[in-house]
Amino acid sequence: MIDVRNLTKNYGQLEVLKDITTTIHEGEKIAIIGPSGSGKSTFLRCLNCMEDPTGGSIIFNGVDISDFSVDINVHRRHMGMVFQQFNLFNNKTVLDNIMLAPITIAMQNLRKQQFKRFINKIRNLVAIEKRPLDEITTTPAQIRQAARENAMNLLKRIGLEDKATVYPSTLSGGQKQRIAIIRALAMNPKVMLFDEPTSSLDPEMVGEVLDLIKKLVEDGMTMVIVTHEMGFAREVATRVFFMDEGIILEDDTPERIFTSPQNPRTKNFLAKVL
Amino acid sequence: MGSFGNKVAKFWEMFYENGGYTKVLTGLQNTVIIAVVGLAIGIVIGTLIAIVEVVPKYKKLPKVLDSFCRFYVGLFRGTPVVVQLLVAYYVLLPLIGLNLPSLHVCVLVFGLNSGAYVSEIMRSGILSVDTGQMEAGRALGLSYRVTMMKIIIPQAVKNILPTMGNEFITLIKETSVVSFVGAADLYVAFNYIGTNSYEFMVPYLVMALIYIVLVVLIALMIKVMERRLRLSDRRT
Repeated sequence: MIDVRNLTKNYGQLEVLKDITTTIHEGEKIAIIGPSGSGKSTFLRCLNCMEDPTGGSIIFNGVDISDFSVDINVHRRHMGMVFQQFNLFNNKTVLDNIMLAPITIAMQNLRKQQFKRFINKIRNLVAIEKRPLDEITTTPAQIRQAARENAMNLLKRIGLEDKATVYPSTLSGGQKQRIAIIRALAMNPKVMLFDEPTSSLDPEMVGEVLDLIKKLVEDGMTMVIVTHEMGFAREVATRVFFMDEGIILEDDTPERIFTSPQNPRTKNFLAKVL
Repeated sequence: MGSFGNKVAKFWEMFYENGGYTKVLTGLQNTVIIAVVGLAIGIVIGTLIAIVEVVPKYKKLPKVLDSFCRFYVGLFRGTPVVVQLLVAYYVLLPLIGLNLPSLHVCVLVFGLNSGAYVSEIMRSGILSVDTGQMEAGRALGLSYRVTMMKIIIPQAVKNILPTMGNEFITLIKETSVVSFVGAADLYVAFNYIGTNSYEFMVPYLVMALIYIVLVVLIALMIKVMERRLRLSDRRT
């Protein structure tokens, strides 16, 4: 699903990622662990080009999305991302946070259709060979209605439907992060990228967020999680990357990484955190 | 005190009975028009400049636009507004052979002038919004433009509203120089009353009062707007 080929990332002189090549298959749940400054987050952010790779390419569903000529926005819609700092839109209510992207994008598509139809109509006035006009069946009201229903269903799923009309500033960290997750889900992504989703949460709220991620795991969502929750990584991941100094030092099943790590640096790291 | 009462009576005669108030009303109207329309133009120009300045500059076009905007801001912040008025009215207009009413020239110059200041206010507002907001929008597949318009700018506007109020107040007061190019503002009206009643103390005092009232009203308006925009901060 995602092919990472010879990925490098530099910030000026600093080499953050050094020639990473790996493949993420559909249905895999990948946990990325490693010490801070190892390039975990940068690697994850390169997967949807939030950071533009310095070298190499990211092939997502057969398209090289690191290529500047590709419309990255179209591809990002299929990759949900969840941030450490939640990043809910502060000026929108919870419901609007979830509906904004689906509505905006559906409306953009609708306008494109209408424009194409309009052009064809004009063309048909003069052209001998008439082109068929596509019927436009959706209306803006329908788009909004569908987005709203979907958003409410997602909110019900996490038991926060009563928070639909409040602003993010009134929510707890755990609630914010769960809403950030369903906001990403509202786009029906094919893969979810989590950038330390529980690192800025109070300890008592970590559980509710991890439970929601586990539900996604049960649904078979492909996901990549940068995390410091070793127990969680061991429980849900199908593959674990241990990263240090910009390379994936070890790429193995959780059992093997956590019980018999091969690399001395992995051993050292796990001895410190477990 | 008797002489002051005399002065008030003289002023009242000129102001009310001889129809001086119509001039004051026109002056007030012009002052408000120049400030309000000027600020509106300023906000549009300022927002555009601010966006040009914060846009990532990978390509050639933003770079060119950026240097133009820097030049523009430098030009309008580097000269007093009176000089700009005089140059616009007595140099530029004759040069291009255009004959505009002085009020229109004032509105344009004040708009262009405040655009330079608003651009810096707006830029600081945009930079004050957490970068995570832009990242979240982009990660959902929204374009830079849409995220800017729907997420960043509304939050930036909320942050800069008090400063923007300041700019509006400054603008209202700065309009008192428009008589340099022959536009009739409050100063012109009260100067007329003073000249015709041979008495300047009361007219200028009343003029000062009108400015104060205007500014207090604006401050109040800003307060109300701010409270409305702060709705999303309140814990409900």
